[in-house]
Amino acid sequence: MIIESSLQAEATIDREVVNAGDYYLKVVKKGQTVRILDLEGNQAADTLFYNANNVSERYSATDTIREQGNVYLTAGSVLMSNECKPMLKIVADTCGRHDTVGGACATESNTVRYALEKKCMHACRDSWLLAIAENEALGLSKKDITHNINFFMNVPVTSDGKLSFADGISGAGKYVELEALMDVVVLISNCPQLNNPCNAYNPTPIEILIWN
Amino acid sequence: MILYKDTLPSGKHWSMKMRRGTSLRLIDKTGNANVGMLFYNPENLLERYNAPDTLKCQHTFKLTKGHCLYSDMGRIFCAITDDSFGWHDTVCGNTNASMSEKKWGPRDYQNHRNSWKQNGNDAFLVEATKYGLNKQDLAANLNLFSKVEPNDDGALTYSVSQSKAGDFIDLRFEMDTIVLFHTCPHPLNDSAQYPEFEVEYQIFSSATVTDDDLCKNSCAENQRGYENNRLYHLGL
Repeated sequence: MIIESSLQAEATIDREVVNAGDYYLKVVKKGQTVRILDLEGNQAADTLFYNANNVSERYSATDTIREQGNVYLTAGSVLMSNECKPMLKIVADTCGRHDTVGGACATESNTVRYALEKKCMHACRDSWLLAIAENEALGLSKKDITHNINFFMNVPVTSDGKLSFADGISGAGKYVELEALMDVVVLISNCPQLNNPCNAYNPTPIEILIWN
Repeated sequence: MILYKDTLPSGKHWSMKMRRGTSLRLIDKTGNANVGMLFYNPENLLERYNAPDTLKCQHTFKLTKGHCLYSDMGRIFCAITDDSFGWHDTVCGNTNASMSEKKWGPRDYQNHRNSWKQNGNDAFLVEATKYGLNKQDLAANLNLFSKVEPNDDGALTYSVSQSKAGDFIDLRFEMDTIVLFHTCPHPLNDSAQYPEFEVEYQIFSSATVTDDDLCKNSCAENQRGYENNRLYHLGL
């Protein structure tokens, strides 16, 4: 569902461009709104959320999918935690559909999906592991690197039970905007994947904007 | 030859280590069963079943015969070598205490004794804690014998055609694996009463994995997964 935002970029309290292959880690407070902006189009933003006051509570793809009864995320979707509590709500979306089934790329899964020789290509899970290693105070470890959201990624599920990775339906300037329903840690890997169409084979920057 | 077998009624949980070279057959004895399941590597508990990696590398949303169940480290815990049902869910998670109470009333040991209405989340927590794991270690789990169908818009329906008495699935383990499992109802099961069913599980020695093995050759990705397992057993 396409819903445009009324928030003005000039009114943000924080904005940051994240290059492809880098991570973004920031706390968004309850009531604040965060926008993920696809600057050049067709870019996957692999995202995890944690309760900033107790990181053992975190985004849960299964609780979110089951509670909304749908595998895709869009405006109106409420992102649920592993305690089945609402964490954030998607309040605007100019892309229309986001994936939370397909997970994030890893060096190990790249060996299976593409070729054993791909094992040293940069991957989302490496970005997350570096993020939690460089930010030990958060108390996150590998067990917290889990089943994520792929904003702007198109992973169609068919009624006969197939899954495909299709060309992106995002484009330059498209965005998704979320209102935090609790204080959350936002951890994004701006996907470096070069082997499939999720980034149009050309990873590009995203921008993250926050409003009070 | 069956090396061991046992039966669990609904609402129970257990865990065990399956050795490489053994297979696990689960049989729905009554129909409408659900078995929640998670896998961990006993050598490194941080390696665990990864539903997204499993689905995307085999381009599938459902799980059935010919599919492999992957860890987050690119390895195959086990292969689905046979399956009479045809569609097992891995995206809907578990019942939790409040959901179960809303559907079927409170979990009440004082009155229901061992027939209390256990929920899948707490069942996994009990088994996970036996291995030093906690709720942060729980991942998207399998729901064997439960079919959840998507439509073209991605909306999910708990299928009207669930498993029948006698339906079974065989899991052939390709590395040593800690298996946590429960027989709590599927979270989208809206039956009026707490579902009653029985699941038998049998352990037997696997047949040798041949070069023309169905699971190994069902896609090029699985050939590479088996190669990753070969390297793992070399110690790499």
